[in-house]
Amino acid sequence: MGKIQTRMGDGFRVEMTEAEIRHDLEEGVADAVLRAEIPPLTEDEMQYLFEIIECPDQNVSVKRGNDVILSYDSGTTKFKRANVSVSKIQSLQIYERLLGADTMDLGHIHYSFKPVKPIVPFEIPILEHALLMTIAPVFYGACPDLGSYAVPDGPCPNPADLLPKGKISEARASYEDAMEYVIKDAVYVSSAMYEAGADAINFDTTAAAGDAEFLAALKAVEILKKKYPQMCIMMGMASEFVLGMHGDVSYDGVKLAGLYPDKQVKMAEKAGVTIFGPSITIVSTKSLPWNIARSVTFVKACCEASNIPVHLNAGMGVGGVPMALTPPGDAVSRTSKAHVEICKLDGL
Amino acid sequence: MAISHGIASGMGGMRTAGDLVARMQMTRGMRIHEAKEYVANKLGVAIADLSDPVVMSEIREDMNIGRVNEAPGVAKGIDAKINIAELLDIEINSVNIFKKNVNWPSG
Repeated sequence: MGKIQTRMGDGFRVEMTEAEIRHDLEEGVADAVLRAEIPPLTEDEMQYLFEIIECPDQNVSVKRGNDVILSYDSGTTKFKRANVSVSKIQSLQIYERLLGADTMDLGHIHYSFKPVKPIVPFEIPILEHALLMTIAPVFYGACPDLGSYAVPDGPCPNPADLLPKGKISEARASYEDAMEYVIKDAVYVSSAMYEAGADAINFDTTAAAGDAEFLAALKAVEILKKKYPQMCIMMGMASEFVLGMHGDVSYDGVKLAGLYPDKQVKMAEKAGVTIFGPSITIVSTKSLPWNIARSVTFVKACCEASNIPVHLNAGMGVGGVPMALTPPGDAVSRTSKAHVEICKLDGL
Repeated sequence: MAISHGIASGMGGMRTAGDLVARMQMTRGMRIHEAKEYVANKLGVAIADLSDPVVMSEIREDMNIGRVNEAPGVAKGIDAKINIAELLDIEINSVNIFKKNVNWPSG
């Protein structure tokens, strides 16, 4: 067999031998197994992964019947980012009518609960109009974004200033104060959107600021599910690993720092999350086979542990999709197929 | 990227039954196979038909639950969702709010 064309984690093309690809698949799996203490992929799964990577076709797809639900984060933002001159409602119609979207996501260009709070009265009519003229489910999405509550953007002392000075307890106190703001804003915005008719709320990029943010999001979900037992909440994570920025916060007796997806999902389930979205960060200096194998190993363990639907975050830089502004379709389709079929995903 | 995922592994949204299967994940927490089975039973079709845009276009027209290529006079937005809620026997938040706003007769 000659060289096989694949890509690096940053999206650039690279040619590798069969032996090099098999080596990277093994190494990618081993990295996930070592970090999360989860089972490796089986020999059959490793072979299947290899066949997906080495397939000479430009794009690949799942076998008939294995198709899954697609959900989105920051859906309407994608059009603004590309400077397409359409309104948010038109963006949703394009998703529904032209892109074959199973669900849709409405959001503010600054996709966090904090900046949405003051413009809720302007967001609601957009949502209400959209709901009258669309048919597919509409999510309202935003990030908990605990970091935005620290100086200079917010009212809390900045832990990044305190920690280098050894002020550990002060930094922790700041995180705890910020948590209360996150909970308050997330519950306020989510309640308003749900009462306006949203089909679901998307907590996106959860735990980007670490364990305290994860706890704040879980507590916000708890409150929302108590207020609205029928509310669908999707929680997408920021990374495969919950950073211990606070280092001493727990949920249901479990320390949140250091949790991997198979444990994260159990916390989400406990809080009342309806759909969980693991997120596995790309290592851009490693090959696509290494990254897909690593991600599939984490996500398979998550799907097996989960009692709720799992939608993998598979956008640029996560879930085996190269870290590139214009992710190549050959790489996206390979990671899509690999995750859906090996992990038994419920959606992406 | 959404297009690549859609072609590689997506159900197809309103071109097929993707939005209906999604609603069962969202309202009942069903995993993918259970959700597909539930929707197929409610529609009276095989699971394989759920991802077939030709079959589903006709089914959606017959059941008046909205389809991508709309004909005049058929359900298009909230009216299609009212029919979907009844068909799938689920609560749809925006449908409930719409009914409340127009004093929809209960029962």
